[in-house]
Amino acid sequence: MTLATISVASRLAEITGASNVTSDPAQLVAYGIDGKVPAAAVKPGSRDEISEIVKFAAAEHLAIVPCGARSKLAMGAPPSRYDVALDVTRLDHIVAYDPSDLTLSVEPGIPLQRLAGVLAGHRQFLPLAVPFLSRATAGGTVAAGVHSPLRQAYGTARDFLLGVEFVTGEGVQAKSGGLVVKNVAGYDLHKLTIGSLGTLGIITKINFRTFPAPASTRVFAASSDSADGVLDMRRRIAQSPLRPLTANMLSPGSVEMLASGPAARIEPGPTPVDGLPKSQWAFLATFAGAGAVLVRYESELRRIADEAGCGSCTIYGDDEKPASFGRLREFVPIALESSPATTIIKLSVVRSKLKDILEGIEHAARANELRWAAMADGLGVIYAALLPSARDEQARVRVAKASERINGACAQLGGNVTIPFCPSEWKSTLKIWGPERGDFEQIRKLKKVFDPADVLAPGRFAGGI
Amino acid sequence: MNSRLLHDLKTLLGSESVLHRPEELMLYEYDGSVEKGRPDCVVFPRSTAEVAGIVELARKHQVPLVGRGAGTGLSGGAIARHGGIITSFARMNCVLEIDADNQIARVQPGVVNSDLSAAVAHLGLHFAPDPSSQKACTIGGNVSENSGGPHTLAYGVTTNHVLGLEVVLPTGEVLHVGNSALDSTGYDLTGVFVGSEGTFGLVTEITVKLTRLPEDVKTLLAIFDTVDDATESVAEITARGITPAACEMLDGWTIRAVEDYIHAGFPLDCAAILLIDVDGLREVTEAEAAEVADVCRVHQAREVRVARDARERDLLWKGRKNAFGAAGRVSPSYYTQDGVIPRTKLPATLRRIGEIGRKYNLQIGNVFHAGDGNLHPIILFDERNEQQFRDTVAAADEIIAFCIQAGGSITGEHGVGMEKDRLMPLLFSETDLNLMQRVRGIFNPDNLLNPGKIFPNAKGCGEIYVRPARNRNGADAVRTP
Repeated sequence: MTLATISVASRLAEITGASNVTSDPAQLVAYGIDGKVPAAAVKPGSRDEISEIVKFAAAEHLAIVPCGARSKLAMGAPPSRYDVALDVTRLDHIVAYDPSDLTLSVEPGIPLQRLAGVLAGHRQFLPLAVPFLSRATAGGTVAAGVHSPLRQAYGTARDFLLGVEFVTGEGVQAKSGGLVVKNVAGYDLHKLTIGSLGTLGIITKINFRTFPAPASTRVFAASSDSADGVLDMRRRIAQSPLRPLTANMLSPGSVEMLASGPAARIEPGPTPVDGLPKSQWAFLATFAGAGAVLVRYESELRRIADEAGCGSCTIYGDDEKPASFGRLREFVPIALESSPATTIIKLSVVRSKLKDILEGIEHAARANELRWAAMADGLGVIYAALLPSARDEQARVRVAKASERINGACAQLGGNVTIPFCPSEWKSTLKIWGPERGDFEQIRKLKKVFDPADVLAPGRFAGGI
Repeated sequence: MNSRLLHDLKTLLGSESVLHRPEELMLYEYDGSVEKGRPDCVVFPRSTAEVAGIVELARKHQVPLVGRGAGTGLSGGAIARHGGIITSFARMNCVLEIDADNQIARVQPGVVNSDLSAAVAHLGLHFAPDPSSQKACTIGGNVSENSGGPHTLAYGVTTNHVLGLEVVLPTGEVLHVGNSALDSTGYDLTGVFVGSEGTFGLVTEITVKLTRLPEDVKTLLAIFDTVDDATESVAEITARGITPAACEMLDGWTIRAVEDYIHAGFPLDCAAILLIDVDGLREVTEAEAAEVADVCRVHQAREVRVARDARERDLLWKGRKNAFGAAGRVSPSYYTQDGVIPRTKLPATLRRIGEIGRKYNLQIGNVFHAGDGNLHPIILFDERNEQQFRDTVAAADEIIAFCIQAGGSITGEHGVGMEKDRLMPLLFSETDLNLMQRVRGIFNPDNLLNPGKIFPNAKGCGEIYVRPARNRNGADAVRTP
């Protein structure tokens, strides 16, 4: 332990109390990002403590990476510097919840599952069925910008985040938005925190709009020999008056992966995916309602499947629903368990280009002899997992070539592409943030305003931020 | 004004695209409010390149620049508070692309809100944000103000429907943020540009989401003898897990003013009505309409009517959307406020508004988006009566102060503009406002674009009190939210 490490830890201890600071290398491993381990980890108990820690770090030119339950620290580029892990899990309270107003204010460290339990007591929920759900915190979910299959009906956090309080890289406490469902006072700075990986500020409070929990839900599953069938289902549903809560298309590799051993370990229980033909594409949709509404959905979906040439139509009731839905939600963690060197590529294209991009992914994977799995949603967002059988140089070269090819296809289709997860040692050679965009100069200026001394998660974000 | 600048503008755009004579400029002194500020000239570009040229000239001559759509705004956002050039987007009004398959449209900023919905109706689509001024207001203006409307309760406000923007920054740079595909990489610049009230850049192209029209819509009119019964019904509709497409409330005074004007069939002797839309599959609307009607009856509704056809539905909505015009018929002037409260505070807030009206001896009508707690109290006054004018401002301030105290906001959809800049410190700390202004500085470093808006104590701004928004001869029925 160096002298510098000791002095950082002792100064942090002055702010939060010694029991909330650790510089024990054995404990710090858990805060490691891509092999980099901080000198200390601190668990502040208040917003004021966070301010003080940031001010101290700014004065000492230390770099802080904020974190919650650390389920998504592997996202983003490795930090260029990393001195202090700022763990917000002690800030885990519900600040305000008024079910009749559909508003909720929470501290960032609150686990989403605990929150879901409280909301369920009022027959409400947050449509954040995000990956790593068993660990995920509210703050980490917003900062990582992950979304859920429910996006089809409810949008992303962007659509129901009402306001955020945060501490900037200068240790300044600021906020934007409010705790009412409609509000246009001031700039929507809170939207900038979504997916920012903690590079603009440390979130200290999050205000959400909540939603009435749907009544009975059902999952509809169907299969097709080719991507055409399931894509045609998507298109027909989009043109129909149906409003499913989720709509996902799975490649044959995905069907197999989601029905596998690792999948069952992460999200147990029997699932509709188990019953689907393994070598076929699958279409899964969730719908909700009561009585006549469910009957209508069922008959329309069967008719649409028939017209689209999809077969093996099955409807699963509430009992099976959590598991089936959960496997889709946990696509990323399941994929990460399914290969020693899983590389997840996230793509988005306009919906009519889904066929082209899925073909592009398949060709890129086949040309490089890589096992692959893809899950697309009805809005044009695709998660593609490249699943090499080993984590070695040959695999790296194959993945690099495949991802280059996929990037090219995506660029041609006017889409967006990033690599949220891949082996640490490959991050320097894969374009994990995709191509430079014309507006990156502006986002670098934003970073300078929020964090002029580059204290917060330096090097983690797009554009070298 | 600077004759050199005028000459340069005429050279750039042609003299038919530059207005500068005082009698021409008068029309551009105000918007839907009567905040006033006379521009030095008004220009009408036809392309992004021309907008960039205008920006360059404004910079060269260091003259303020203000973007303007239809001028229906209610907070002075499109007024040249410190003079300078108003850039009207009236001639950039083309729908550039409709992509039905992907439910996307690309439009110029001057496209009128309801024109876009009309242009895609045959495809079973619409543009969901629906301010009551939708027959006049432009999508560029909606983007600037992050406009709402009655149906944003279920469908969201403008920001939820914007995918990407082309913007000319005051630095002259043409910037593209977002795109047609979702989740563009980097911070959500589109998210902060929408609602920046024309202080970040001049929007020259907008990519929006189009929403499928519902299979069925049912409009219910519930009539109550007390305001509390109406507001409690709203709370219970939510508690039963129903999110209506719209849930509007009018109080007794407003109902009588509207009925006299529109003849929508509202009863004259009731205390409040709720106008509720449920939409979706036929099976959904049937179930939800029955449940909403049940809730209203449980809460002592005197009568619940369901519009039998589109004609009846349109008439009921015409009554709602013309409430402000109706106020204009019965009073020389009126001031429309835009406050937000948590909806559970509706009964207390309405009682407080009643007390404030009695205290100042002012008639205050109430029309609001009850579902999301967005109030629009209408204070009637006679602008020739100086004392009443001052009382009106004081009453409006008390209402907004109560909204803030109740945990709400100073504006739900009209914007801050020059109407409420002085109220911003009631919601935000100096630090918050400072950070926001530094963000503005990234895009608009010299504050040449729309100066004197949103933030208090803007440089060179001498006004202590803003003037309330008043109608002009009751003629602005479609300008109101």
